[in-house]
Amino acid sequence: MREHGPSAPTPGQTVGPFFHYALPYDDGPRLAPAGAPDTIRLHGTVYDGAGAPVPDALLEIRQADASGRVPATEGSLRRDGRFTGWGRAATDTAGRYSFRTVEPAPVRDGAAAYFAVTVFARGLLDRLFTRIYVPSHGLDGDPLLGALTEERRGTLIAMRDSDGDLRHDIRLQGDRETVFLTFPGHD
Amino acid sequence: MWPMTSATQRSISDEIAHIHATAQPGETRTRLDFAPYRSSVLRHPTKQPLTVDPEDVELAAPVFGQSDVDPIEADLTLHPQGEPIGERMVVTGRVLDAEGRPVRGQLVEIWQANAAGRYVHKRDQHPAPLDPHFHGAGRCLTDDEGRYRFTTVKPGPYPWRNHDNAWRPAHIHFSLFGREFTQRLVTQMYFPGDPLFPLDPIFQSITDETARQRLIATYDHDVTTHEWATGYRWDIVLTGSHATPMEEDTDA
Repeated sequence: MREHGPSAPTPGQTVGPFFHYALPYDDGPRLAPAGAPDTIRLHGTVYDGAGAPVPDALLEIRQADASGRVPATEGSLRRDGRFTGWGRAATDTAGRYSFRTVEPAPVRDGAAAYFAVTVFARGLLDRLFTRIYVPSHGLDGDPLLGALTEERRGTLIAMRDSDGDLRHDIRLQGDRETVFLTFPGHD
Repeated sequence: MWPMTSATQRSISDEIAHIHATAQPGETRTRLDFAPYRSSVLRHPTKQPLTVDPEDVELAAPVFGQSDVDPIEADLTLHPQGEPIGERMVVTGRVLDAEGRPVRGQLVEIWQANAAGRYVHKRDQHPAPLDPHFHGAGRCLTDDEGRYRFTTVKPGPYPWRNHDNAWRPAHIHFSLFGREFTQRLVTQMYFPGDPLFPLDPIFQSITDETARQRLIATYDHDVTTHEWATGYRWDIVLTGSHATPMEEDTDA
């Protein structure tokens, strides 16, 4: 019955325009409770190749906690106070996304800290992977950032707002197109 | 009722045929740059993705469990006021990684149009009836063999505005997680023999015929149940994982 063998991956397809009643949920962008101490907002706008905001994108993030530990804790859908290190946010009508979370610490001493990110959107035929780096220590020694030109690496590093929040825009296409990633074995 | 759009189905089909004729054999990944799907034109990256070795955060998928998902969420036909209209069916299969190992205890999310081809979404303006007894979203966790199982109704095809007289083949959207963050997959499951396949620029954005077939479920009479529901089987294979397999996973 399985004519293609188990090793051939199932291709992706676009998330389409109608995911809003199925995938986003109230606690999705709230990895940490509002009002909890030491939380930040990670926010920004998703743009298309013409510089127009993308109002029907979906972002997911995976991150370490403030001590550099990557949680293996269930409860992302019904958080009940648990920090799971995973969140999901749809963009609004202005293409903006926003997560309330804790700032991740490096997983190893001297390494850079980042959010792993997946991007979905109507018009985007398959998911994209990227990273959002915390503008802090360890960036200079990061192997991924080190492989990029100054201009390109800038598309992966968040900016610090005056209030301590992190702001990061994602550009699907164009002059300042975000660096997207692929992993060995993904082709 | 629908605004006139510039492209005809014939010209879209010609564009698809041209791209397929010039594609490399064995190109099994979905193309991001696929102009017959008009919304992709400004929403695909133009630069090659950077190949990186996944690190700790990317090697750890999010964990979901019994506290996240209620078992009744796997039955999309449950509604306090009555049953949805349409062909009741069961969709089941396994979530596997590229090595054929089952992905256990992981979240599967689906969403779909109702039997008339209408979504419960404010942006869906297709003049087909909403079904007061059908919402069209479900969730479940895979079992120890990587199996998922949903009860739902068969979705209808529906028109969309990509080009003049554009129709999507009937499909169910699937969202899947593996053991690693890198294995994330969102895709669509289709039904065998749909006459809209050759006309659909989303389905045809996979240029390899064999790879496209992996999105089509199989009718399975062993899943069909007596006087209750038809049955479809669809296995999903995620991309390979990078971590060293754990002992418990090597027996698959």
